Amino acid sequence: MEGFVFPNETHVTWSVMIVMYPYITGLVAGAFIVSSLYHVFGFEQLRQIGRFSLVSAFFFLLFAPVPLLNHLGRPERAFNIMITPNFRSAMSGFGFVYAIYTGIVFLEIWFHYRADFIDRWNRAKGLPRKLYYLLLLGGTTRTPETDRVDHAIVKTLAGVGIPIALVLHGYVGFLFGSIKANPWWSTPLMFIIFICSALVSGVSVLIFLFQFVTWLRRIPVDQAALDTLARFLWGFMIVAVSLELMEILSVAYEQTARWAVLKDLINGRLWFTYVILQILICSLVPFLLLAVRNLFRLPTRVGNFLIFISAGLLLLQVLLMRWNVVIGGQLLSKSYRGFTSYLPGIWDKEGLFVAALILIIPFLLLREFDRLFPFFTTPTREITQM
Amino acid sequence: MSSEAERTSSRRRFLQYALYGAGGLCVGSVTVLGNPEDVPQVPSIEDLHAFEWGFLVDTTRCIGCGSCVRACKLENHVPETYFRTWVERYEIDEDETITVDSPDGALESFKANSVQTKKVVKAFFVPKLCNHCVNSACTQVCPVGASYHTPDGVVLVDQDHCVGCGYCVQACPYGSRYIDHEKGVADKCTLCYHRIHKGLSPACVDACPREARLHGNLKDPKSRIRAVLHERRYSLLKPDMGTNPKCYYIGLDMEVK
Repeated sequence: MEGFVFPNETHVTWSVMIVMYPYITGLVAGAFIVSSLYHVFGFEQLRQIGRFSLVSAFFFLLFAPVPLLNHLGRPERAFNIMITPNFRSAMSGFGFVYAIYTGIVFLEIWFHYRADFIDRWNRAKGLPRKLYYLLLLGGTTRTPETDRVDHAIVKTLAGVGIPIALVLHGYVGFLFGSIKANPWWSTPLMFIIFICSALVSGVSVLIFLFQFVTWLRRIPVDQAALDTLARFLWGFMIVAVSLELMEILSVAYEQTARWAVLKDLINGRLWFTYVILQILICSLVPFLLLAVRNLFRLPTRVGNFLIFISAGLLLLQVLLMRWNVVIGGQLLSKSYRGFTSYLPGIWDKEGLFVAALILIIPFLLLREFDRLFPFFTTPTREITQM
Repeated sequence: MSSEAERTSSRRRFLQYALYGAGGLCVGSVTVLGNPEDVPQVPSIEDLHAFEWGFLVDTTRCIGCGSCVRACKLENHVPETYFRTWVERYEIDEDETITVDSPDGALESFKANSVQTKKVVKAFFVPKLCNHCVNSACTQVCPVGASYHTPDGVVLVDQDHCVGCGYCVQACPYGSRYIDHEKGVADKCTLCYHRIHKGLSPACVDACPREARLHGNLKDPKSRIRAVLHERRYSLLKPDMGTNPKCYYIGLDMEVK
């Protein structure tokens, strides 16, 4: 503890779990938008990564509420948020937005894979055949016409999903940005910053996984897809980092009482995690690497390596950003006279091990899904009529 | 039916009636002879609307004894390391450096400040508690409506409904709320709601030896709190937050946030 903090502030209320929550929803929103780039905006080169990003979004989405439930003092009452919502509260929308969005992503995946399910059903025997039948809800007819309808529905859902993905994540930013009591959080830019950083993390995680998996399996990388993603990543990260820095710059320039408080926070408690790690190492370095990659002709292997390092650093950058926002804001006392401290335990209920577990399980599920329906091989079906 | 069986049946009936009769007498006597004050009377909404509870702190009278903090802890079983009320000490030395502290919320009063080596030119104490704001940020952000305003203007938490998300703790600009980790729900000053409706004062008000704390009905033009507010100059904590606190401070220094 440093200076004077109010007696009730010695405990940090929102733990590393609340850092994980916006991080995961960010991955969801980002991955979903990438899938929509193909499905809605016609980026054909993202065809292969389109379904991969959609399924990734779904598995991350399944785990987005887990850190929240683990953090709630009374998780058994979690559904109160939908049973007796207080619509004056920004948080009350969570249950509804989350439910709608999960429904959309699930349906989009279902329609996307319906033709695959039918093919599997045709080939399967015994119990798997029954399961596929159940999964198909009995609809086992596949004609060029059904493929066309499926595709149209996927396209519509992807289109409807875009604003909802942005709402889901922008709303997380708003949760923080609307807390007037906290000078580090309270800014109308917060939700835009959150959306932009979500795009950065979503694209990063896809690039990272895409390159990692192709390297692991010794299969050629889809260079056109990677190049497109790398350009998007560069663009998104420039917008995200600029917005964040502009916010700080304008507060610093205005020299109000708010800056007097934030200055000490940035130069003190957050110096290492914010200034050194988040800005200098994890923002500036990938910016330069991606600039070199996108502006100069480099051997493919070198260029891809730069993309890989940048994606990794940017994944870390967004995680650090979530940490610096969520934890940083709570380190600052509302007395404006001091700072508290927080270090999560490793094995605590809300500690680092559980946080890592929550982040890793979606990847494992993705791995299992890939076993059933491989992402990176030639698609088992062609859409016969578009 | 044999006469023996008839007799048994009538005896059984007699015992039954006797039992009912005795039971009735017991219930009746409690109602008639019991103390009417023990029977809980639930005030109607109209009754409650006659009140608007407010609080007044005269910082010029506080001596930092911490009696209020102890009384509150005892009365409300406040969990260890958390506070529904606390007292802050401000010391300004000859170099105009300000030192603020509140060791353990002033539960055991204050000792001489060991950090302070310079001559103190100005010092004062400031008791703090929930401001029971009219436009409270905590009730606004509660996602399930567990934090609410009573019709008589007190901010309370329905602990049977609270999910323990901690959003209200973040939203309160005054640091008045905390999560009671044993119950897993939000907790805060209730203005001793269980006492004020019996005509008693909140525990902290009763315990203060200097009458630095006062509570009262802001809707009653004859109330003492209204009289003091008309007579003295007062201020609010963080008025720029727009929360419209109902905890008024007399002699509040600009250094107090």
